[in-house]
Amino acid sequence: MTLTDLANPTRFLALSARVLPWLAAATVILLTIGLYQSATAPDDYQQGATVKIMFIHVPNAWLSMFVWGVMSVASLGTLVWRHPLADVAAKAAAPIGASFTFLALLTGSLWGRPMWGTYWEWDARLTSVLILFLMYLGLMALWRAVEDPSRAARAAAVLTLVGAINLPIIKFSVDWWNTLHQPASVMRMGASTLDKSFLIPLLVMAVAFTLLFVTLHMAAMRNEILRRRVRSLQMMQASRVAFSSEVGTGSREENASKGVA
Amino acid sequence: MTALAALIRRDIRIALRVGGGALIGVLFFLTVVVLMPFAVGPDLALLSRLGPAILWLGALLASLLTLDRLFMADHEDGSLDLITMSRTPLELACAAKALAHWLAAGLPLIVATPVLGLLLNLDMVATGAVALTLLAGTPALTFTGMIGAALAVTLHRGGLLMAVLVLPLSIPVLIFGVAASQAAITGPLSFGAPFSILCALSLVSLVIGPFAAAASLKHGLD
Amino acid sequence: MMLSLGPYASFIVTSYAAAAIVVAILIGWVIIDYRSQRERLRELERSGVTRRSGRSAVDTP
Repeated sequence: MTLTDLANPTRFLALSARVLPWLAAATVILLTIGLYQSATAPDDYQQGATVKIMFIHVPNAWLSMFVWGVMSVASLGTLVWRHPLADVAAKAAAPIGASFTFLALLTGSLWGRPMWGTYWEWDARLTSVLILFLMYLGLMALWRAVEDPSRAARAAAVLTLVGAINLPIIKFSVDWWNTLHQPASVMRMGASTLDKSFLIPLLVMAVAFTLLFVTLHMAAMRNEILRRRVRSLQMMQASRVAFSSEVGTGSREENASKGVA
Repeated sequence: MTALAALIRRDIRIALRVGGGALIGVLFFLTVVVLMPFAVGPDLALLSRLGPAILWLGALLASLLTLDRLFMADHEDGSLDLITMSRTPLELACAAKALAHWLAAGLPLIVATPVLGLLLNLDMVATGAVALTLLAGTPALTFTGMIGAALAVTLHRGGLLMAVLVLPLSIPVLIFGVAASQAAITGPLSFGAPFSILCALSLVSLVIGPFAAAASLKHGLD
Repeated sequence: MMLSLGPYASFIVTSYAAAAIVVAILIGWVIIDYRSQRERLRELERSGVTRRSGRSAVDTP
């Protein structure tokens, strides 16, 4: 099983249909274990029970970056190898990545409220995740703005790769900017080394969320393939209508007009 | 080399002649800066504190808005196809076009800075610092904005979409540009550290910009 | 088993609930999208438009 085998969308559909139930089952099992472990994890001596937010915040923050990485690899696939499924993968990943990034922001802000006394602090991590979120939304806007999927794919691929190069630079700048304007009251979070009792649930949750992403991504890719089939069939239908109305003959036109209605 | 020089000369001449629109950027810069006191009030002390930030934001928006047409006009009259088909590497041609654009639209912004600094109650040192950081930083804005311009021409979409895509990429330039000018005016940081990072950002974008723009032109134009 | 979440229970519950809601929306979107695409493909095939390969677009799993 290689990447070239997967290049055929029909084969991808067949394979993913077999794999998806197993992936979904694994996700559910791991998520259950992770949730149970994070529920039974002890309270932090400093942060109390709010440390439980970490088990959901950190996996989402990790995924927000991981998904951009996946999209970057897919973009290379679009531009360099012209893999036919690469732009499908890139397009399907964007809304899922944006959702996880949104969750990372939301849980971070909910974690910040008890810790900092305010929902939003221009903290370096939150700020760079916010910029990442903006970039996800921009990318989704790009996909939506352009009719032709392959044209949008190449533009989005360039932008994703530029973003991938720029993200570390943005992260570095925001860190630097934050130390310049460091508010006195901010408590650093997650800076200390984690105890085993936190680390294991955290890792389980991170793996579970990654599996969740893989499952959702594969399902979304299947939908995207079907959507493109619909699009190409509709275009065939439209050209048929145009053709038959030019010629003005009976049977074809009847057929086609039935399809339109 | 002569091809690139000719391209630069042609682009500057087009930008400066009637209908070129490079100088509208300066007018836009002026207007944005003049609008600011109406939003924050005519308090001179406050304005001089916000001055570098206002000037930087104005310059950022002005250089972004003028970039919209970097490839569009050439695409409309067909010369962009000639440029992509010519023997000069497209990356170099893109860099030349961006350089010409910076000379025609970026430099006037820097020249206008002292006048606007006067309006914002900035003293000589502060104005000089802002102008110097703009001189070092606006190439980065032009070269990252060029990626957006290339996408705009391949997608037949410009304006807002492009701004939304490019603005997040210009955050580092904004951070270090304003930080360097603030450092020169009030301290406590030394001017050198943020300024050299700003120069580094410009150099990095000098590499990334042309490659990304050329890639999107190559793959996008049919 | 009763969890004691301390004084900030509402924040913890809200963040877990938000995660659950967003994930549920994602799953729902994927499923509804799948159904509607299949439905549209079936409609198109019923109206006599077929793929160039001649294979059915819907029957492939």
